[in-house]
Amino acid sequence: MEDILAARLQMALSLGWHIIFACFGMALPLFMAFAEWKWLKTNEPLYKDLAKSWAKGVAIFFAVGAVSGTFLSFELGLLWPEFMLHAGPIFGMPFSLEGTAFFIEAIALGIFLYGWDRLPRWTHWWSGIFVGISGVISGIFVVAANGWMNSPSGFDYVNGEFINIDPIAALFNDAWFTQALHMTFAAFASTGFAVAGLHAILLIRGNKIQFHKEALKISLIFASIAAFAMPITGDVAAKSVAKRQPAKLAAMDLNFKTEKNAPLTIGGIPNKENTAVEYAIQIPSGLSFLAHGDPDAEVIGLDQIPEDRQPPILITHLAFQIMVGLGFLMMGISILYFYLRWKRKNYIDKKWWLWLIALATPIGFIALEAGWTVTEVGRQPWIIYEVMRTEDAITPMPGIQYSLLLVLIIYSFLTGVVIWLMSRQIKHIHQKYNS
Amino acid sequence: MPYTLLVIAILGISLVLYALFGVADFGAGIVELFIGKKGQKTISQAIGPVWEANHIWLILIVVILFNGFPKVYAVFSTALHIPILIFLIGIIARGTAFVFRHYDAYTDKSQIYYSIIFRYSSVLAVMFLGVLLASIFSGTIQYEITDFYTYFLAPWLTLFSLSIGIFVCILSAYLAAILLLSEAKDKEEYEIINTFSKRLLVASIFSGGLIFLASYVEDFSFHKDFFSHIPSLIAFLLATVLVPFIFIYIHRRNNWVLRILSGLQIILILAGWFLLHWPNLITFADGSTLNIYEAAAPPETMKVLFWALLIGSCLIFPSLYYLFKVFKFKEANEI
Repeated sequence: MEDILAARLQMALSLGWHIIFACFGMALPLFMAFAEWKWLKTNEPLYKDLAKSWAKGVAIFFAVGAVSGTFLSFELGLLWPEFMLHAGPIFGMPFSLEGTAFFIEAIALGIFLYGWDRLPRWTHWWSGIFVGISGVISGIFVVAANGWMNSPSGFDYVNGEFINIDPIAALFNDAWFTQALHMTFAAFASTGFAVAGLHAILLIRGNKIQFHKEALKISLIFASIAAFAMPITGDVAAKSVAKRQPAKLAAMDLNFKTEKNAPLTIGGIPNKENTAVEYAIQIPSGLSFLAHGDPDAEVIGLDQIPEDRQPPILITHLAFQIMVGLGFLMMGISILYFYLRWKRKNYIDKKWWLWLIALATPIGFIALEAGWTVTEVGRQPWIIYEVMRTEDAITPMPGIQYSLLLVLIIYSFLTGVVIWLMSRQIKHIHQKYNS
Repeated sequence: MPYTLLVIAILGISLVLYALFGVADFGAGIVELFIGKKGQKTISQAIGPVWEANHIWLILIVVILFNGFPKVYAVFSTALHIPILIFLIGIIARGTAFVFRHYDAYTDKSQIYYSIIFRYSSVLAVMFLGVLLASIFSGTIQYEITDFYTYFLAPWLTLFSLSIGIFVCILSAYLAAILLLSEAKDKEEYEIINTFSKRLLVASIFSGGLIFLASYVEDFSFHKDFFSHIPSLIAFLLATVLVPFIFIYIHRRNNWVLRILSGLQIILILAGWFLLHWPNLITFADGSTLNIYEAAAPPETMKVLFWALLIGSCLIFPSLYYLFKVFKFKEANEI
């Protein structure tokens, strides 16, 4: 395997893996704080048990997220030293702020996890809220750094040198807000659906204990609100991409021809010559309207972009389709949920509803990974958009496929252990509530 | 220029705090390797609430490096790719094994595997942290990429870096043992840790000697520079002078004085090591160096980085104080 491919796969694997744990670390603390709040309000011990169970999940996911995040902070240099040499001083600012937020998160989590019987109740609850807030803030900073790679700002690139560096302008790059907004809701939607789905599966399997019902209720609130916001924040993000990265937008929607009234392409694959779409449904003027808010607007197609500046078209398009499809599915489920609540239906005991939620367990995270694929693969061949190519940033270290293999083995093993640990937590809860 | 020095100061403080707390948490894993099951519960409870916060110092160090001293970060992560990877494997294995052991819903046979991984990966991580610290200054990193062995292996595959790795392992276990003294559950446990800390102190002196021997055998300049560089000589001598006092206070069982003295020792050793090379951050094989001013990012970056770190510190230190107040000063603040 070529080193450049191995390095890109290793980065994709370690980021894609870390993102799952990071999202749990962002969203799950607020679930657990919500459960503890209900306990403080009702004095119902079940809510305390629920908060404690979720806290165990947070502890495990946070620790795995922290160590895999440490790995990433070194890996940027291990794989892309040339990139970090130039980008570090410009886009390092959000990372140093993220360091602070992450520090507060780790401290608050230590207090929350080990402070159950040591602290006044409400003080303890506040530590949980701080875990959640600092988790979300640190996520936003990391995404802002990624935004800079997609939409570099805060420097002048003259004769191969980066001059007039302004780290604040780099932090507030054109992509940071739309990306961070979309990502934060995505973290809550994906975690919400995963957690709700897990409890729904356990209810279907006959564990009709109140514990899972309450867990399902709380996680559905978070999942539904976030899922409803996904297509809206996604639209904001796509309009921003249309302005900043026409090549990415063109690949996302398989738009080969620059034209006014550009159609929106649903499904389809590029033809062999990469010049036109096959097997697709096209909505006239759809893309022009979605990208620029005007059906008559001109949308830049791939014909305007030299081949060596185009991202991998098929992967970007498929990932985009998966993300959008699942995004609308989740929005549909969330509208259904709001309807059931509005009509005061007893949805929690309905078999079909539990099955729906159970089947939806992975879709949030699948959509999330697909979304990151669109962002990152769609940015190629650039590591800093239109400034530095990914292939020019790679380490001279040979044999990256071996470290890729190593990371693959370690992360597969850890995935297995985390799943096994979760199953033991669940078994433990059942033993407690059935006896 | 002043911002470069201020950022270096914060980097130094982070390094010291990582050494005193983060590395000591790894040391606790090494202590557990030697005293076994007897101290396991105490060690878990002692580092449980704080290890993640202590670990963040390392992330902060890395961020300061690539933000403020990108050349150092780039050279470092290229030439020392392999030992960094091993160090990171140690970190991942240690952290996950520790948390899995603590949060597994059942305490059965799996605990044995978690413990084995936790203990040995602690050794691995600290050992390679030492190797990395040694390799920056040993003058073995090549300026230009030649062949695989010379560029990617030779810089760190030396007896000198191995001896420093061993020294850092023993030092971290020693520091952990001192910190664990006030966490001991009963008199028996206290005596075990107390005896072990004395042995580690003796071992650290011997392994310190090994560094000189390795430097002499491999013809490095460390053993020569050491005696000719007054500030670092003073720092090392002071660290050595503290040894008999520490013995006395281990004997007298005065935990607080011990914490301060051993912490001071670690700071002196670190200070001595970095003063020896000041203001260089990397020494290359051809004798050329990269100092903090050459390596520093443009002034605007240093300014913003400094203020970001300062504002961050205003949030981090009070929170850390609260964390330690809740879990570590419990004699005074029983809730």
